Amino acid sequence: MEKLLEVENLTKTFTLGSVLSRVKITAVDNISFYIKPAEIFALAGESGCGKTTTARIIMGFEHATSGVIIHGGKKEAKNEKVWFTEGIQAIFQDPFGTFNPLRQVERYFFETIENYKLAKSKQEAIDRIDAKLRLVGLSHEDLAGKYPSEFSGGQLQRISIARALLTDPQLIIADEPVSMVDASLRMSIVNLFKKLRDELGVSVLYITHDLATAYYVCDRIAIMFRGKIAEMGTVEQVLMAPKHPYTQLLRASIPEADTAHRWQGEIKLTDTEEEEYLRQGCRFAGRCSHVMSICRTTPPPDFEVEGAQVACHLYAEQHID
Amino acid sequence: MDNTILRTEALHAYYVLDVYGKQKILKAVNEVDLAIQEDEIYGIAGESGCGKTTLLKALAAAVEPPLRVMSGRVTYRIAGEDVDVATLTPEEKRKLRLEYIAYVPQGSMSVLNPVARIRDTYRDFIESHIGAHQKAEAYELAKEHLSELGLPLKILDAYPHQLSGGMRQRVTIALATLLKPRIIIGDEPTTALDVVVQRGVVQLLKDVQRKLQNTIILVTHDMGVHANIADRIGIMYAGKIVEEAPTEKIFGAPAHPYTQYLINSLPKFGDKTQRESVPGSPPSLANLPSGCPFHPRCPHAKDICKQEMPGFTQVEPKHRVACWLVGEGEHGKAA
Ligand SMILES: Nc1ncnc2c1ncn2[C@@H]1O[C@H](COP(=O)(O)OP(=O)(O)OP(=O)(O)O)[C@@H](O)[C@H]1O
Ligand code: SF4
Ligand SMILES: [Mg+2]
Repeated sequence: MEKLLEVENLTKTFTLGSVLSRVKITAVDNISFYIKPAEIFALAGESGCGKTTTARIIMGFEHATSGVIIHGGKKEAKNEKVWFTEGIQAIFQDPFGTFNPLRQVERYFFETIENYKLAKSKQEAIDRIDAKLRLVGLSHEDLAGKYPSEFSGGQLQRISIARALLTDPQLIIADEPVSMVDASLRMSIVNLFKKLRDELGVSVLYITHDLATAYYVCDRIAIMFRGKIAEMGTVEQVLMAPKHPYTQLLRASIPEADTAHRWQGEIKLTDTEEEEYLRQGCRFAGRCSHVMSICRTTPPPDFEVEGAQVACHLYAEQHID
Repeated sequence: MDNTILRTEALHAYYVLDVYGKQKILKAVNEVDLAIQEDEIYGIAGESGCGKTTLLKALAAAVEPPLRVMSGRVTYRIAGEDVDVATLTPEEKRKLRLEYIAYVPQGSMSVLNPVARIRDTYRDFIESHIGAHQKAEAYELAKEHLSELGLPLKILDAYPHQLSGGMRQRVTIALATLLKPRIIIGDEPTTALDVVVQRGVVQLLKDVQRKLQNTIILVTHDMGVHANIADRIGIMYAGKIVEEAPTEKIFGAPAHPYTQYLINSLPKFGDKTQRESVPGSPPSLANLPSGCPFHPRCPHAKDICKQEMPGFTQVEPKHRVACWLVGEGEHGKAA
């Protein structure tokens, strides 16, 4: 199988606290996954699960503590900042933060063209800019001479995507690209990713906490919990038949926009984030209703369950209780 | 029998701004008629900037410049009497606040004093409302209240920054409901929380409502939360309520073109069929389109839509819609 990007045993530790009481937090703990060409892959989970750190390492904004990233035949060891290239472009969460309010939006396009030497003349540059903007339903004319404040959040996010497309990337890393865009305009952005995949063969690493949208737009998904991948597979496998108790809880907690599926029963909220990060065995053990003694001492390995990958002792051949 | 506890009649609340010596008016609440009932959870939904927070401020009698109530009124039903909010003195408002109506504003972590332990915030709060002579007793009440709501008592010794976002939000809600108000107004109380925590907060709101049998007015942009908790929903667009119905109707049979887009664009598990966003961009409240404010984005717009705002048509009991497609409608009192 062809792999566009491969992440192997990626780990990132941060040290928190004062000199006297240092706590080491493993924000990303030995995770591995790959992205295929023309695929939308979701890295999903709640705040602080390590998804953004993973993306930042892939983009080269952060150095890995250990692990390897393979892209385009290049295998890069830790601490090498090479990834923000023509082949990989990024889109960020806050459309208003991406653009300086005092700069005309089109300046960003010309800058990217210059950085990557994508055009020989001004006219060629404008043609390229216009072609990319048309892919997102806009044109160079819509942008010319305008400042960020003259656009809505949804429009700016589409403009960010057009700019990312200037280099004809094979992969776009999108960190929560719609969480700050109004719900009523969100689908227009999400549909663009599908279009880029289907028409241009672009892959997307879609970082999100919104599982319903991930289901709609993504092919495969990895659910992260406290730095580890709890479950990974196709969105059908993971979201329609979750195996890991954490995925099950997450899935059951999503308020569905459907009055026939109102929440049933009560949930338990305990444990602070730090306790879960420092836990010896399975990091979900403190909240898991299936917890066994092995869960408290030994981190679960990955098991293959009906095609999906699940890190939970429940799926061991014979579990020692 | 009329169980209306909070009513607005032709309410207009505008921001009157001074921009480089020129007056600018934002029509954030533009002729809103509501009749909110006792013992109901009333949800308000609509896109960012449509005026939801502004409406809540007017409902909570928390209007401050540059916001001004231009016309219309807000009335509370207190002990069988209709009280016009505009006639209340500041002292009367202070009394009503928390005892009759509790308002948890958007981003309300700020309600908790960052440099005081939770127990001190509770104490200040109880003293200012119940009086110092009952202090010990009131403090016991506070503890009882927290455990009744399933919150750990050890949080009383914590500072706000030591609590997780979800716990802070639950403490805020607990505090707001301590005096058993008849109306609780919550503005995006679960936004920015993780889903599991969000569910805990919604669970808490529901529990409180069940115990007190009071009214909750809830603004959230998360339609999933509305589907789970609201009894009735008002859909707001450009400062107006354009549709109002029981929750099942809003989700199952939306009648206004804007509501239809809103509902049909929501992703659903197990359904990968194409979803579409509302076309175009939201209007500016400083420069509203003529007629129906949705007409520039509406695929069904007719000539009349550009000229005149439709009134409300009752498509079914408890389901009203302001759209020319549905009928001419009437302007006036909400039932
Ligand atoms: N204090 C203020 N001064 C001036 N304009 C304001 C003020 N507060 C809000 N506005 C403007 O009034 C309009 C309505 O704002 P409001 O906060 O009521 O919207 P909202 O529906 O609550 O939006 P959101 O979903 O983003 O919270 C917006 O255009 C906003 O920019
Ligand atoms: S009144 Fe006209 S423009 Fe407004 S929503 Fe109805 S059909 Fe569309
Ligand atoms: Mg608001």
